Amino acid sequence: MKIYATYNIKGGVGKTTTAVSLAYLAAAEGLRTVLWDLDPQGAASFMFRVKPRVKGGGKAIIRGQRSLDDAIKGTDYELLDLIPADFTYRNMDLLLDKGPEAKQNRKLSRLLAPLSQEFDAVFLDCPPSISLVSENVLHAADVIVVPLIPTTLSVRTLDQLTEFLATFPGRRPEVLAFFSMVDRRKKLHREIVEELSMKREGIARTAIGSAALIENMSVQRAPVTAFAPSSTIAKAYKALWAEVSELPGLSLRNAAG
Amino acid sequence: MTPGLAGFVVASDEMTWDSALDEALEALRGAFEVVLDQGSTPGGTRRTWFDTFDWRLYRAGLSLEYVATRRAGELVVTGTDGNRAVAGPASSWRATRSYHASDLPDGPATRRIAGLIAPRALLPMVTVSTAGTVARLLNADGKTVARVLVERPAVEDRPLPPRLAVGEVRGYPAQARRAARLISLAPGIEPASAEGAANCLLKDALRAIGRRPGDYSNKVDAKITADMAAPKAVATILLALLDALEANVDGVLRDTDTEFLHDLRVAVRRTRAAIKLIGDALGLPDQEYDRFAAEFKWLGDQTTPVRDLDVHLLDFDVMASRLRAAKEDDLVPFRTFLQGRRAREFRALSRCLRSQRFTALATQWRAVLDDVADNSNKSEARGGAAVRERGGAAVRERGGAAGRGRRVTGGERMPTAGRLAVGRTRQAFRKVTRRGGAITADSPPESLHDLRKRCKELRYVLEFFAPLHDKAAYSTVIGDLKKLQDCLGDFQDNEVQIEEIRALADAMLRAGPVFNGAAVPAGTLLAMGELTAGLAASQQAARAAFEARFASFAGPQAQGHMAVLLEAR
Repeated sequence: MKIYATYNIKGGVGKTTTAVSLAYLAAAEGLRTVLWDLDPQGAASFMFRVKPRVKGGGKAIIRGQRSLDDAIKGTDYELLDLIPADFTYRNMDLLLDKGPEAKQNRKLSRLLAPLSQEFDAVFLDCPPSISLVSENVLHAADVIVVPLIPTTLSVRTLDQLTEFLATFPGRRPEVLAFFSMVDRRKKLHREIVEELSMKREGIARTAIGSAALIENMSVQRAPVTAFAPSSTIAKAYKALWAEVSELPGLSLRNAAG
Repeated sequence: MTPGLAGFVVASDEMTWDSALDEALEALRGAFEVVLDQGSTPGGTRRTWFDTFDWRLYRAGLSLEYVATRRAGELVVTGTDGNRAVAGPASSWRATRSYHASDLPDGPATRRIAGLIAPRALLPMVTVSTAGTVARLLNADGKTVARVLVERPAVEDRPLPPRLAVGEVRGYPAQARRAARLISLAPGIEPASAEGAANCLLKDALRAIGRRPGDYSNKVDAKITADMAAPKAVATILLALLDALEANVDGVLRDTDTEFLHDLRVAVRRTRAAIKLIGDALGLPDQEYDRFAAEFKWLGDQTTPVRDLDVHLLDFDVMASRLRAAKEDDLVPFRTFLQGRRAREFRALSRCLRSQRFTALATQWRAVLDDVADNSNKSEARGGAAVRERGGAAVRERGGAAGRGRRVTGGERMPTAGRLAVGRTRQAFRKVTRRGGAITADSPPESLHDLRKRCKELRYVLEFFAPLHDKAAYSTVIGDLKKLQDCLGDFQDNEVQIEEIRALADAMLRAGPVFNGAAVPAGTLLAMGELTAGLAASQQAARAAFEARFASFAGPQAQGHMAVLLEAR
């Protein structure tokens, strides 16, 4: 089982769109996939028309009173399931902040472990923040997919993330950033995308443009890769998924087991 | 989606299948928005059920389907609990040929299947093409909360009743239950049988081609009753044996697996035993008995060489693994020689089974038996007068080891199948106890061989009349007898195999270069010698066990079991 997380400290950069689209593509490829909507706003749950509610709330799950398995809902798509958001997730930091300090940032990892019997791919859609939740996500994930708006400042957040991950002892996730919401008509966007893609490692060749179709996802309540599979944007997500799933570190881990 | 949460068959007498399906979908529309989903149509699948000729998987409550999809094929195993599991990919499988256990992809489910079927081959039993449609059931949010799979199966362009299966979407079990309840209320729709939708489809498909699951078994399967006139019962038994014999001919000729020949030989042996032990009830002239008895002996003899070689080859790996002094590789030339010899003997056997002589035997024997059954039916219709006449003229009480009997004449009424069964079973049982009781530690091997034959006769008589016996009493008696037969079988089979290996060693020496152009290596002959030593040890063990086995068989307990069997009838 491989765990993919879409993460950025900033909101509104395309994390949910990316998580939903990539999870759909993974399932369409034949991988048994589950997406956990960790954002209390429940945007991913909304996209899949699933009520953002978990019996017993985040507390029951984090405390192990209910297994994650119980919370899983089937989506409209074969092989793609969802663990819905719950409004109580807004307090997840407090729930994680219990017990020995050394174990606090591994709680999500432990909760996810039993899913490996059932799933090939797990996607974590994170809320925008730096918190114990995001720290847990970074520890649990094999790959962090980071959407970046093409601004100079946004690159700083990537540097911060990389530096933070460098402090992890032992296993560290792969990081793949990509430019999101790129407006090709804007000179600044074009320049930043070109320059940084050349200069920095760990930035995907694929950039995702800003398109009306993406906004339309919340109207259609479906992944753009499902309702407009031939669109430019869906093709871009396919290219991004190809890059994510072919990350050299990841394929090495695939080969090992 | 979990297919088969609830299965339904469209089985309407009053309306067409299409209108019954419409009724079902209409019933669902009351509670859900129903969307026919062309995108995920699982249409165009072809599934082929594989099983052995004698339905070993079906009898064990399993089924093995080869499902051909657009991309590749896969094998699906369905267990007794109705749960389906993909046993592995089968990209090289075809729906038209047979496979052996070694062709199965490795896995726990297929290992279990391999253990059940060996040495039989898996044959394609029937292929069903299915066109399917998925109807998605949406809730008020437009979310899919259940699916209904509508399948329209067909066998060779003959449509079978359509099927509906409600599939649960994870996390929405109540909606799936609700959908199943609504469908069950629709007219013309019936729940699929409790044994599972897949088995129900298999049965429908086989019915469409005039077959049924389990339609072949190597057990004697004669439809007789205790009050049936003896000639008719015996003709029915012999016709069932002839059916079994003929059913195996094609498999022997194709060399599909070695059990076809084994079953064919069993049918021949049973036929010969029936002619000898109960054939007099048919009321045929003496020369007819003699002619058919001789012809079936001829047929049996024709099949012996290939079967003997099959036994060697089937046991080969086990025997080779028991070698202590010699190496397994030493036996490679022996195996090569056996295979070469089998190929030659198989050609001779094929000629026999394609010969005019064999065809005439089967045809004439069937005509004679049909004639007896018909006459018996007519006699019954006339109130039994002719039965008395036929009985008076023809029933012979056979006695003595040679089987040539004295004819009972007079006006006695022709016995029923029940009376014949009791008389002949008691006779065969007495013969076994008398001859077995006379065997001492000093008796020659021939006396044990003779006892084995008498035991087989008793076994056959019991099997011929099995439908007339109380099931529990019958199983107990067969169990007692089987233990004795196994001991006698070990004793004689080992002896026969020793003799054969000696003869084969002789033949290999005389044959000259048999292996890579060289003469048989000394190591091979030594290894064959070691094989015979192992067989001799097993034979001695069987001889040592005989007295105790026989004492148990002929003891008061087993005698009691037989008495219960004959009285319980």
